[in-house]
Amino acid sequence: MNNPEHLKYSKSHEWVEFLDETTARVGITDFAQNSLGGLVFVNLPEEEDDITAGESLGDVESVKAVSDIISPISGKVAKINEDLLDEPEKINEDPYGAWFVEVSEISEIDELLDAKEYEAFCKEEE
Amino acid sequence: MELKTPLYDTHIARGGKIVPFAGYLLPVQYEDISKEHLAVRKQAGLFDVSHMGEIIVSGPDVLSNLNYMLTNDFTNMEDGRVRYSPMCNEDGGIVDDLIVYRLSQDRYLIVVNAANRHKDVEFMKQHLKGDVVLEDASDHYAQLALQGPKSKEILSKLVDPARIPEKYYTFINHVKVAGIDCLVSQTGYTGEHGYELYCDPKDAVRLWEEVLEAGEAEGLIPCGLGARDTLRLEAAMPLYGHEMTDHISPLEVGLGFAVKMQKEDFVGKAGIEKRGEPKVKRVGFKVTGRGIVREENPVYIGDIQIGVTTSGTHCPYLGGAYAMGMVEVEHAVVGTEVEIEVRKRKIKCEIIPLPFYKKA
Repeated sequence: MNNPEHLKYSKSHEWVEFLDETTARVGITDFAQNSLGGLVFVNLPEEEDDITAGESLGDVESVKAVSDIISPISGKVAKINEDLLDEPEKINEDPYGAWFVEVSEISEIDELLDAKEYEAFCKEEE
Repeated sequence: MELKTPLYDTHIARGGKIVPFAGYLLPVQYEDISKEHLAVRKQAGLFDVSHMGEIIVSGPDVLSNLNYMLTNDFTNMEDGRVRYSPMCNEDGGIVDDLIVYRLSQDRYLIVVNAANRHKDVEFMKQHLKGDVVLEDASDHYAQLALQGPKSKEILSKLVDPARIPEKYYTFINHVKVAGIDCLVSQTGYTGEHGYELYCDPKDAVRLWEEVLEAGEAEGLIPCGLGARDTLRLEAAMPLYGHEMTDHISPLEVGLGFAVKMQKEDFVGKAGIEKRGEPKVKRVGFKVTGRGIVREENPVYIGDIQIGVTTSGTHCPYLGGAYAMGMVEVEHAVVGTEVEIEVRKRKIKCEIIPLPFYKKA
């Protein structure tokens, strides 16, 4: 598994890329996209929506099932990645390039793992 | 404790993602559900459906028993024919849907849904009359489904072509497939041309490998339960536990063709008569808004709920989200625009004709 070193990871398999102290992008990990299988639909929040750490910020659907994306941070949605709405398969092809939302005004951060810790965590999950 | 089919280790070795289903551990997919789905529509796919239940009924009074226990009429059936039928309870609700193979004048094979096997055996035993014997033979059969436009070409490499059943819903018993003794029927649950092969469980692994190898050049790949479900939904085939339950009558699902009310008597006849004209009807939905509709999602026109979905998914071949559901008869009109609530969000859908997909 190739989890970039500069990202942080949640135990519910989201990644966070901090752009600065109060801004970050959120996506789902390679482990997550691989477990979910081919994605065919993404439901994202709207810009300006408030999101809360530990709560769903949207969902992804494969042919078989729907799964929540749990936000690892609290803040305001600054941008959404609209490309994913039309091409959800990008998440499978490039999970660490396919960010879901850019969050600003971050007020709370869940406990996050670094790449090594996350890799160890995934091994336990398998 | 989940059961394993004879092919369990083969599925693991080939990278199948195993899930529990109807008491069995079976692959939901190998690599990708959509890829497997498309292989069946365009080339061919091979499924392990050994979990299906097989029941043998035999004896001089077998025909009258079938005609009494099941809603279809088996009177004019010949050897080598297959016939579909619901089986109803006294209220006219569906106990199961199944297919019946006439092996000989006094011996029939009934193939039932895995999840209903024990319920069906008990139900049938309660209703048997006269000189007839029922045997749950499920553990004596493994079953493979070879489905897709290339399936005949593939099978022809392993079987004397004269021993391949020529017509839909016919079968030939004791066919040598790569030397393995099989019952081969032209049947399936994908909406595609295909065959189902029944063999002794001890031969299942070899049969699986032989068929896969024979079909390699044609693009045959192993497929899991996920694709089986999306294929049947795209072809709008009802599934027990979804479109059919103990409370739903076959007429509501649109299975009237397999319910012969002119028969003198059968279990459920009075119940179906008492229900009168169906008040709800199975319809198809195409999602016209954004999202995917699943099962048990309420269907609305404005604020009024008119029904509920029974199955729904993204259909890989048609390339969109489709669903089936039961709605009040007066609203079961093609072209009707509805909204379906999914996870607190209402998605625009339209009632469209069934089936969604029909093979050319």
